[in-house]
Order: sequence, then structure tokens, then C-alpha cells
Amino acid sequence: MPRLELTLSGRQLIWHRFRTSSLGKVLGQFSGALGTILILAIIFVAIFAPCLTPHDPDVIDVFNKLAPPSKTHLMGTDELGRDLFTRILYGSRIALIVSLPAIGIGVIISMLLGVIAGYGSTWVGSLLLILFDSVRAFPTIIFAITIMALTGGANLPILIAVIGITRFPGYSRLIRVQTLKVRENDYISAAKGTGCSYMRIVFRHILPNAIGPLFIQAAMDIPVVITIEAGLSFLGLGVPPPTPSWGAVLRSGYAYVRTSPWMVVFGGLALIVATLGFTLLGETLRDVFDPKLRRA
Amino acid sequence: MFTFLIRRLGITVITVMGSMIILFTLIQLIPGDMATTLLGPRATPELVESLRIRMGLDKPVIVQLGHFFYNLLRGDLGTDVLNHLPVSMLVFHALPYTVVLALSSIIIAGLLGVPLGTYAASHRNSLLDKITGIVSISMITTPPFLAGLFALLIFSVQLNWFPTIGGGEAGDFLDQLAHLILPVASLALGWVGYIARLTRSTLLEELNADYIRTARAKGLSERVVLYKHALREALIPVIAVVGIGFGNLLGGAVLTEIIFHRPGLGYLIFNAVKSRNFPVLQGGLVIAVFLYSLANLLADLSHGFTDPRIRLE
Repeated sequence: MPRLELTLSGRQLIWHRFRTSSLGKVLGQFSGALGTILILAIIFVAIFAPCLTPHDPDVIDVFNKLAPPSKTHLMGTDELGRDLFTRILYGSRIALIVSLPAIGIGVIISMLLGVIAGYGSTWVGSLLLILFDSVRAFPTIIFAITIMALTGGANLPILIAVIGITRFPGYSRLIRVQTLKVRENDYISAAKGTGCSYMRIVFRHILPNAIGPLFIQAAMDIPVVITIEAGLSFLGLGVPPPTPSWGAVLRSGYAYVRTSPWMVVFGGLALIVATLGFTLLGETLRDVFDPKLRRA
Repeated sequence: MFTFLIRRLGITVITVMGSMIILFTLIQLIPGDMATTLLGPRATPELVESLRIRMGLDKPVIVQLGHFFYNLLRGDLGTDVLNHLPVSMLVFHALPYTVVLALSSIIIAGLLGVPLGTYAASHRNSLLDKITGIVSISMITTPPFLAGLFALLIFSVQLNWFPTIGGGEAGDFLDQLAHLILPVASLALGWVGYIARLTRSTLLEELNADYIRTARAKGLSERVVLYKHALREALIPVIAVVGIGFGNLLGGAVLTEIIFHRPGLGYLIFNAVKSRNFPVLQGGLVIAVFLYSLANLLADLSHGFTDPRIRLE
């Protein structure tokens, strides 16, 4: 009887391992690949913005204010004559600088409070649940507008903190539900039985097994946070001027929408590219790592 | 159902009370004296002191909190000290603009999203299904305020089809409708995509269920299987999402209201924040939180009513 040889060459083996790896599964899907390309493009632009444009984002040129797109100014200029292409390139920095730490703040607070709500005593859990729901009852953007305005307006660290605070109740609820599931596992009882301390059980056994869905949720939340930042900057309550941000470009564009529509068009397109990229990648990550979460 | 209703109602009341305490604390934490901020730097100390007494700011914080709750229970949202008008009057004048906007947006989103999702699910993997998928994700990823800006640019400024700003002439239905179309379209856009995707995914799940196989085995037509059996079940989570969407739109419409200068609740709150008009800000936020919680409660109850499993959770 002939023997079937099933051997793979070194290159085939590497390719097979890559395709079956998590990264390979993400990049193997069209949405994952497109999302990754868009996000890498944004990161590239954010890092190398000074090399990609000869202009300075903050230099005012009153003789060229509200100039339409041309060879010198690819996307035109704003009301102070600043090059719009340059401001949009640099704006990608703010989108990343605000969204990633804000999500990080939300994740850190929720890891702490969510696990206490799920593993602490019943009354502490109930109190925390009331806190999460009470904060969540405030419409996000109104909550952010109110705090930003009352704390003195545009300010980058406060902006990051405020957006982080708006994210923590949802994340904390997620961690709480995960903790409630994880705490029922035999290995938690075993850890208790072997005399592990409360902190050790929480940090070595519960948290590592409960945070997976949180990271997927956080990844899917990045476009939401970018939109909140753009919305606040659009109202003049986000990053302080003259820092270039997409929301600030849209703010200028709104003021001159009748005479200089290119600001709204290009500022808006930059925002759409970012939200599209992060949404596509976030959804692919969710489908690959936790298909049970898939609904819409 | 009664126990479920009482439990959900109790949770909502506790949540709203918690939110009110957070709101009161936030207002207290604002740097500087509220009366001085309201009157400006030129106000005499006597005037500031008189306003402090009128607003009850001279009393201990816990007494102020008690008064805050007592007045809320009486339906008194305070007085706008700048215009000498009751805040409740300002809020209830603005409220219809926001409710009509949010309600119209979510109804339009449901009316467009459900058929789109149903079509995509019943023609799975067809070209139109794929196009619907791409269109849906594009709609979801376009922030509503950006959709509003684009709509304003294209349909008001360039084409001049719709009025640019405002809520329309009071009493003139057609004018109000014309002022409503662009804000509704920009708010509904994302929800159309979301509802279409949700309907598609839940419908696909239902179409694989055993009872659908039984219905097909009985010889029922595909139309009856789809619309009478599968879609009815698939719409249960969609109804819940529509309810939650309405709550979100009540608070989330603020940027759209600002772009179109629609004199709704979000616009009122934003202007109160800008002018540091604390009584109006506080009253507007109270109503925003209350409406948001009420919409979520109704969504939960309708979900519990349509799906008995929810009542047991």
C-alpha cells in the first residue's frame, strides 16, 4: 500500500503557522486587513508628519487665509492661513494621544472597580453597581461638555481624564460580569484552599482570566473616543488652540462652511478614515477572539 | 412580569438618585464661588451675598442637597437668575424639539434598517448583501455630527434644498418639518446601519433554529417562514436596541442641535455651560438624565414583555 507523505517545507510551515495564528486570522479577513492598513497609515502619518509636509501646522499666513486647495497647499488653508494638509497630518497625533490614554484610564479604573464589584462583598458590589449605572445615566457627550466647560475649557490632560471617566462604567460592568463567571471556577476554590491571599486570587487568578473581553471592548471603543474628542474640539472644549486636531479643523470649517467648504470635507474625511480603520479592526478582533460577543 | 416591573423601576429610581447626587457634587466641585461666577467680576460684594442667599448657597452642603431633592420632587428645577425665568419653563420649551428629533430619527432608522437587514439576511452572500454590509459599516462609522456637517454643506449650502439653521416657525408645521429633515437624517444614518446589521445577524441566527426547520418541513412558504416566524423572533433584540437608541439620541443629539441651531435640550445645556448659568445647566442635566433613564427603563420593560427569559435574569 502506498504511503501518503504529508510533510511541509520550512517556508510552508512558517506560512501555515502564521495563517493559523491570531494575527494571521485577523489579517486573513478583508475587514481586519483593511482596518490594520488604515491604522498603520494613521500611526505612520502621526510619527512622520514633519517629514511629510514642508509647512508648520501653527504658522499663520494672513495673506493666504482661506486659500482653496492648490499645489502649494494641497488641502487649502484655514482662516489664519495655516496649511490644512499639515494640520490634518498633525491632527492624527492628537487623535492617538487622546484616545489611547483615555481608554487606558477607563481600563485601569474598571479593572479595579469591576473586580471589586464582582468579587467583593455583596453590598460593596451593589453600591458600585449603582455608581456605574449612575454615571452611565449621564449622556456621554453632555457629561464631557459639562465637565470640560466647568473645569476651565480646552485642556489636554483634563480632556483625556474626562473621556476616560465616561468609559469606565461600561468597562467595569463587563469586568464584573466576567469576574462573577470566573469566581465560580474550581481553580479559584483551589487557590482559596491552598491559602492564597485575597489580593493574590484577584490579581493572579481572576483578573488575567476576566480581562480578555475588556480588551476587545476597549479596542472597539477607540473610534468612539476619537469621535468624542473631535466633538469636544469642534465645540472648542477639546484640545487648546493652536494645537492641530481634526475637531478644531471642523470647527473652523463650520464657521466658514459657505465660503471655504474644503475644511469640513478634508477634516471630515480624516475622521472617517480613523473611525473606519479602528472599527474594522476592532470588529475583526472581536470575531476572532470572542465570536460569542458578535451581535451586530 | 409584575416583580420584574417593580425591580426594574426600583433600580431606575436608585440610579436616577445616584446620578442626581453625582450632579450635585459636580456643581459643588466647580472652582470658584457660583454666585461670583454668575454675576461676573464687576459685581459688588453685597450683590454677590444677596444672590448667594437667594440661591441658598449660604447653607451647609447637606442642607443644599436636601433642598435640591425636595425641589425636584415638587417639580421645581429652580430659577434662571440671569433671566428671572423658571428653569422648568426653559427646559420644557426646549424639550419638544429634542424629543421630536430623537423619536423621528429612531423611527426612520427602524423603518429603513429592518427591511435592509431582512433583505440582506434573506439574500445571504449575494452582491446586495455585501453592498448592504459595506453601506452599513460606512453609516455606523460616520459620526452623527459629521454627517450633520456634510448634510449642511451639501443640501443647505450647495444645493439650497433645506433651511440651514433653527427649529422652524412656531405653528408652521411645514416649516418645522423642513427644519427637521437634515438633523433627523444625520442622526438616523448611523442607527440605520446599526439596526440593519443587528437585524441581519439575529435573523440569520433565527433562520438556523430548529423551529424554522420544522416550519419549512411542514411545507410553509419561504415568505411565511421569514416574515411570520423568523423575523418576529429576530425583532426582539432590535426592539430593545431601538429603545436604548432613543435614550441615546435624547442626550447624543447635542452636537447635531448645535450644528443646526435647533433650540432643543442639548442646545440649552450647551449655552448654559458656556454662560456658566448653573441653575439652567443643573435643570437641563436633571431632565436629560431622567429622560435617558426613562427611555432605558421602557426599553428594558418592552424587552421583558416580548422575551419572557429576560424577566428571570
